[in-house]
Amino acid sequence: MTRSLLRWSPLAPATVVLLLFLAGPIGYCVVIAFTDTQLTGQESASFVGLANFRHAFGDAGFRNAVVLTLVFTVLSSLVGQNTLGLALAGLMRRASRPVRAVTGAVVITAWVIPEIVAGFLLYSFFERRGTLNAVLEWLHLPTQNWLFTLPIVAVSFANVWRGTAFSMLVYSAALSEVPQEVTESAEVDGAGGLRRLWYITLPMIRRSIGTNLMLNTLQTLSVFGLIWAMTRGGPGSRSQTLPVFMYDQAFMKSLIGYGTAVALLLLVVGALFSAVCLRLMREEV
Amino acid sequence: MRPTAPLLLLTAAVLAAGTLTACGGGPGSDRNTVKVAFIKDTNSKVTVRDDYIELVARRFEKANPGKKVKLVPIQASENDYYTKIQQMMRSPKTAPDVVYEDTFLISSDIEAGLLRPLDPYIEKWDDWGQFEATAKGAAKGQDGKTYGVPDGTDTRGLWFNKKIFKRAGLATDWRPRTWDEVLDTARTIKRKVPGVIPLNVFTGKGAGEAAVMQGFEMLLYGTGKNQLYDPDTKKWVTGSKGFKDSLRFIDTVYKEKLGPDLSDALSPNIQPLVATELLPEEKLAIDLDGSWLGQQWQKTGGGRPWPEWSTTLGQAPFPTQHGAPPGKVSLAGGWTWSVPRKAQHPELAWKLIETLQTKQNALEWCVRGAHIAVRKDVADDPRYLTSVPGIGFFTSLVKISRYRPALPAYPKVASAIGEAMEAVTADDSSPEQAAKDYDARLTSLVAGQVVAKP
Repeated sequence: MTRSLLRWSPLAPATVVLLLFLAGPIGYCVVIAFTDTQLTGQESASFVGLANFRHAFGDAGFRNAVVLTLVFTVLSSLVGQNTLGLALAGLMRRASRPVRAVTGAVVITAWVIPEIVAGFLLYSFFERRGTLNAVLEWLHLPTQNWLFTLPIVAVSFANVWRGTAFSMLVYSAALSEVPQEVTESAEVDGAGGLRRLWYITLPMIRRSIGTNLMLNTLQTLSVFGLIWAMTRGGPGSRSQTLPVFMYDQAFMKSLIGYGTAVALLLLVVGALFSAVCLRLMREEV
Repeated sequence: MRPTAPLLLLTAAVLAAGTLTACGGGPGSDRNTVKVAFIKDTNSKVTVRDDYIELVARRFEKANPGKKVKLVPIQASENDYYTKIQQMMRSPKTAPDVVYEDTFLISSDIEAGLLRPLDPYIEKWDDWGQFEATAKGAAKGQDGKTYGVPDGTDTRGLWFNKKIFKRAGLATDWRPRTWDEVLDTARTIKRKVPGVIPLNVFTGKGAGEAAVMQGFEMLLYGTGKNQLYDPDTKKWVTGSKGFKDSLRFIDTVYKEKLGPDLSDALSPNIQPLVATELLPEEKLAIDLDGSWLGQQWQKTGGGRPWPEWSTTLGQAPFPTQHGAPPGKVSLAGGWTWSVPRKAQHPELAWKLIETLQTKQNALEWCVRGAHIAVRKDVADDPRYLTSVPGIGFFTSLVKISRYRPALPAYPKVASAIGEAMEAVTADDSSPEQAAKDYDARLTSLVAGQVVAKP
């Protein structure tokens, strides 16, 4: 008893702090999600049971946000960051040293600048009078009002631009772990590039793919600043993903209780995604 | 070794407690300091309000030796500002002593118990007699108590560029009598002066209350009596023809490309864009906007000095839909100085409000901010009447100006209106469909307190 207490005691401060600052707010959130708390307009809140959740499922705005969140996550995280990261990592292994250094620096710069700064950068890139249209005009190609006609694609691209570095780093590490002999013997057996990738490389870095997908997805699900800076969820609600919807309900419409319930639902969506990724990691090939 | 465990645990507990209290913090309630929170323009160059409050703070400190004013400027768009101060006012540790409140939100904040009635102070304050009767009602709760001292009001109308009108072959003493005349003028400009935006009407969620008030309600209030809220039945109006017609007007403006490019129109930056670029660079012919527009072009405005505006721009009242009497529409709004319920130094706070609203300081504010005076002695002052070109015009609109329903549910209703406008402007819904969606949302927002008024 004393022995285990003794062993545990160095961790006590950390545990207490964690409970206080992590579990505390989360618990508080769960409580609020079951009330009709508002920022203004009413003096005291009362428990409303599952009303907020029921309201969410009947709310066209919420359903729209769920769909857009899925589109955003699949486009930018699963397809974009993940594949592009793998491709970059693969190409960089063959590239000369200076090319590798420059590419790495550029990609990682995009990753280290704060989300909100990236948001404004990409806003000025996609904006009607922005860089992209200037380039298109110079090439005599038709221009588009990107943030207006394709807002969800534009913000997805922005997220790819910003988040690819992470996947690239993960995959660079994973690829360097693949034993040279295995690749070489496959080559000797006459396997082409694509077949080597499919039958040798991908299975060998399966676990890294799983981890990367999970981390990417969770990070993408919570993207807020990027979208807020670029489109504020608009026009209409055509780029209103769950975090933006949640902010809109909680702080623009003052419905803190409802907004928190949406946040909890977002947590559930995240958990579902993670479960899928974990499953992918476990599966034998 | 034995005694170490409890010792460690104790240390942990002390550490945790330390972190906890450090986080809670002392309220910093220096008895001689009064904290005043107000909105700072998102454009850092616009410092009209900052400069004025700074000036009053110095005067206050001079008149009250030993007392200090701590300025808490909050740089944010209006919507974010409301959210921020509501959060601050919820806790005594963060509540300012004096807060700048938009009358649009005050009922809602009163209902939430965030503000303190000022009646005991006002009763002993001689200057209150100088305030216009309507302005006194601006911050009255439904309990009949007063929760704020207004520092001015504002009215709305059409600003138009006379030079562009001349180029389009239009008369520069423009005075449209119906909505159709406004639209026709815009169409003429589109035809004859290409490259210029004919007409700006704020719309959508980005512009927030500016779209709802300067845009939608200026239209809706001209379609008939009580089209938004019916005071007789005390219910909100659904299904009205006026609502659909107003949305149709917005639809026409943006569908016929009479307005700014959609991505600008729906951007949260449209207000500064109009004031600092489109109008001064003469890229916009007609703007449905507020009386304060001139403040940024003044030398004291700190925004974008544009001395020629007084001769370049003309003003006209916005007409009712078909010219029904009184033939023009205007809405009045404004801001008040209030004291949060959880303020630490309400007495000192009141003293500061009194200082903010001495005749001298109120005059200074109305002149600098191009605000419409609420004090009779300021409204009669020659310095006020000659301060900004057009102030006479906008002051004359006070008589016909109407207020928004001063009810706690109003901000939520306004946000639903913004969404209806956005849906129509972005072409996601027809005006009919958007009106129908609004009716459904309204019914749930105000818990069924609605009356159909076809």
